[in-house]
Amino acid sequence: MDPILIHLIKIVGVVGVLLFICAYIVLAERRICAFIQDRLGPNRVGIPLWIRKDGSAIQIGARWALGQPIIDALKAIFKEDFVPGHVNKFYFWLGPMLVMAPALMVWAAIPFGSTLCGVPMIIADVNVGILLVFALASLGVYGIVLGGWASNSKYPFLGGIRGSAQLISYELCLGLSVIPLFMQVGSLRLTEVVRWQTEHLWLVCYPWNWLPAIIYVASSFAETNRAPFDLPEAEQELAGGYNTEYSSMKFAMFFLAEYANMITASALMVVLFLGGWHLPFVPVSGGIAVGVAHICIFLAKVCALALVFIWVRWTVPRVRYDQLMGLGWKVFLPLALAGVLITGLAIVAGWSPS
Amino acid sequence: MSIPQPKVAKVIVKTPATRAAVARAVAARVAAPRVAEAPPPAPELELPCEKMVLNMGPSHPSTHGVLRIALELDGEIVTAARPEIGYLHRGGEKIAENLTYNQFVPYTDRLDYLAPLANNVAYVLAVEKLMGLAVPPRCQYLRAMCCEMARISSHLMGIGAMGLDLGALTVFLWTFTERERLYALFEKLTGARLTNSFTRIGGVARDIPDGWIAELRQFLDTFPKTIDEVDKLLTGNRIFMDRNRDVGVLPKDVAIDYGVTGPNLRGSGVKYDLRKAHPYLCYKDFEFDVPVGEVGDCYDRYLVRMEEMRQSVRILKQACDKLPGGPVNAPDFKTILPPKEKVLTRMEELIHQFMVVTEGPNVPPGEAFFSAENAKGELGFYVISRGGGVPWRLKIRGPSFCNLSVLPYLLKGHLIADVVAILGSFDFVMGECDR
Repeated sequence: MDPILIHLIKIVGVVGVLLFICAYIVLAERRICAFIQDRLGPNRVGIPLWIRKDGSAIQIGARWALGQPIIDALKAIFKEDFVPGHVNKFYFWLGPMLVMAPALMVWAAIPFGSTLCGVPMIIADVNVGILLVFALASLGVYGIVLGGWASNSKYPFLGGIRGSAQLISYELCLGLSVIPLFMQVGSLRLTEVVRWQTEHLWLVCYPWNWLPAIIYVASSFAETNRAPFDLPEAEQELAGGYNTEYSSMKFAMFFLAEYANMITASALMVVLFLGGWHLPFVPVSGGIAVGVAHICIFLAKVCALALVFIWVRWTVPRVRYDQLMGLGWKVFLPLALAGVLITGLAIVAGWSPS
Repeated sequence: MSIPQPKVAKVIVKTPATRAAVARAVAARVAAPRVAEAPPPAPELELPCEKMVLNMGPSHPSTHGVLRIALELDGEIVTAARPEIGYLHRGGEKIAENLTYNQFVPYTDRLDYLAPLANNVAYVLAVEKLMGLAVPPRCQYLRAMCCEMARISSHLMGIGAMGLDLGALTVFLWTFTERERLYALFEKLTGARLTNSFTRIGGVARDIPDGWIAELRQFLDTFPKTIDEVDKLLTGNRIFMDRNRDVGVLPKDVAIDYGVTGPNLRGSGVKYDLRKAHPYLCYKDFEFDVPVGEVGDCYDRYLVRMEEMRQSVRILKQACDKLPGGPVNAPDFKTILPPKEKVLTRMEELIHQFMVVTEGPNVPPGEAFFSAENAKGELGFYVISRGGGVPWRLKIRGPSFCNLSVLPYLLKGHLIADVVAILGSFDFVMGECDR
C-alpha cells in the first residue's frame, strides 16, 4: 500500500481516537467527581437509536449518560460565538488554535502499539522522539499566553502570565526527570524506550527510577494545567483566567485541549515508565490479534492514568502561585538532578541492565 | 505588618472525637515549625512600573455575594485594597420604622441569610429586653436550639465555601449535603427552608412537631462523621495548610480595634463568646467550650469553625435531653397572638388578636441594645421606642460589616490567591453587611 495513504489512515485514526477519548474522559470526569462528591452526575442522555413519533427516543446507555459528549459538543457549537469588542481579534482567534494543535500534534511521536500488519504503530518514528514531544507540548502555552493577552482584560491577562511562568518552571523539571531513563535506554527514540522495556523490566520497576517518576507525574500535572496546579485558569481567583472572555467553540477548544494534554501526559508516562504497549504474558510480536491487543493495552493504561488525574483534581486544593514556583525551582529541580546522579551511579555500579 | 512569633496553635478541645483531629493538626504544625515569613522587601525597580487596579467583584466567584474589592496590584501582590460595599443595601433599618415589631421578623431573615433563625432570635430578644418580657423555659430552649442549628448550617457553608475558594471543590458538596438535612429539619419546624421567620415577640410561631426531636437526634448522631471526613480531607492536607497558615494574620489587638467578632475574633486568640460572657437564653444550662486560635491566621479561623460545629452538636444534644415541657409562648396575649380557637370563641382574645395584628405589641418608650453571638459574630439590635407597636429607630449592628472593615489592613502585601483564602476564612455575608 502507498505509504502516504498508510500514514493518512494512521493520522486520521489517532486524531479520531484521541478526540473520542477526550470527549468521553470529560464524561468520566463528571461521573467520577459526582461519585466523589456524593452526587449522581449526568445520567439522562443516552445514544439515541430511534426517535419515536411523539418525540421520545429509544436510547442506550442513558443511565451512564453515554450521549452526553454529543450533546455537549452540540451545545458548544451552537452557542453564540461572542467576541468582545475590546479584544485583538487575530490573536484572540489564534489562541485556541495554538492550544489545540500542539495537543494533537504531539501524538505523532508517541508509539501507541507495536506493529499491525507489519506497519509500526507510530506516525513518525523520529530519532529525537522525546525532544519532539516536549518541543511540541511546550508550544501549547503560547495559546494560553496569546489568549490571555489578546483578551485585553485583566483576569485573562493574569492567567496568561501565570501560564507562561508555570510552564517555564515545570518544563525544566519535566525534561530533567526523564534524562535518567534515556541514560539507561541509550536512545531518545520512544519506540526504543518501549522495546528496551519489553526486553527488561518496565522502567518504573527499578528503584532509582522512582524519584524521576514522581517528579514526572507532578510536573505533568503542572504542565497540563490540571488541579492542583490549574493556576492559569483558577476559577475562584481569576474567574476563569485566560479563557474568561471566550465562549462557544473557542472555549470548547481550550477545554478539550486541557483533556487532550492530560491524555498526552498519561500516554508519555505509560511509554516512559510503564512499558508502553507491553504487558507481561502477552506476546511481544504476532499477528493482527496481538497487534490490536497491544493497542488496547496501551489505551487501557492511558485511561487508567487519566483517571488518576481526575481523582487528584477532585481531592486536593489548589496551590498558590509562589508555592508552585518554589516547589518547581527549589524542590523538584534539585531532586531531578539528584535523580540523574543516582541513575548514573546505578549504571556505573552495574545495577542497571543496559 | 507585624507577624507574631511562631507558636503551637492551641485549640481548646474537650471531646475525645475531636481531640485526635486537632492533635493531628497541631502535630503537623509542630513537625513543620512555622517560620513567619517576612513580607517581601520592596524590590529596587529600575524600570518605572505601573500598578494595576483590579476590580474583584461585585460579581466574582469568591466574593460571596456582592462584595467588591478594588485591589491595587504590583504583579500579583496586593499593595492596597479598598472594599466597596452597598450593593445589597435594601434600607432595612428604615423599613423597620414603618413596620410593627412582628412584621420586621421576616426582614431579619435577610440579614445573614445563611443563619436566618439566629437572626430572628437575636431580634426578638432585643425587643423583649426593651419590653422586659420573659419567655417560658421551653421557648428559651427552642430558641437556643434554633440558634445552634443555624450556627452549624452557617459554618458548614463557611467551611465549604472556604474549601471551594481554595480549589477543594469536594468539601463544599459534602457540607452541602449535611446542610440539606438541616434544612429539612428547619422546614419541618418552621414551614420554610430559608426564610424561616420563626420567632415572634414573646415566643415562637409554633411548637415542635411530633417526632422532630428524634429526627434532630439522628442528625446529631450522624453529622459529626461528616466533620471528621472533612477533617481528613482538608485539615491535615499539606496544600491546604500551606495556603492558610500565616496567611491573613490578624493579631489580637488589631482584631479588637476593628471590632471583629465571632469566630474571626476567637481565631485571633480572644476568648470572647457572648454565650459565655453575657449568657442569654438558657446558655447557662449547657456545657460547652469556646475554641480559640492562637496565631490568628486563616487556618486558625478554619479550625475554630470546625470546633464550634462540634460544640454546637454538644449543646444541641444537651438541649434535646433537657428540653422542658410547658407552654411555648409568654402568657401575655397583649403581645403574642392568642390561640386560634379562643379567638374564634371569646371576645377578649378576639380584641387582643386584632390589636396585635394591626398595631403590634405595645412596647414602652425607651431604648435597648441587645447583641447575640451569631454564626458570623455579634449581631446587635438597638431599638428605640416611643411607645406603640412600631420602633422609632432600629439600628442593626451586622458582624460582617465590622469584620470586613479589617480587609484593607489584612490584604496588603498578600497575593491574589491569598485574598481569596482570607475572604473565605472570614466567612462574611453581604446581606447583613449592607443591610
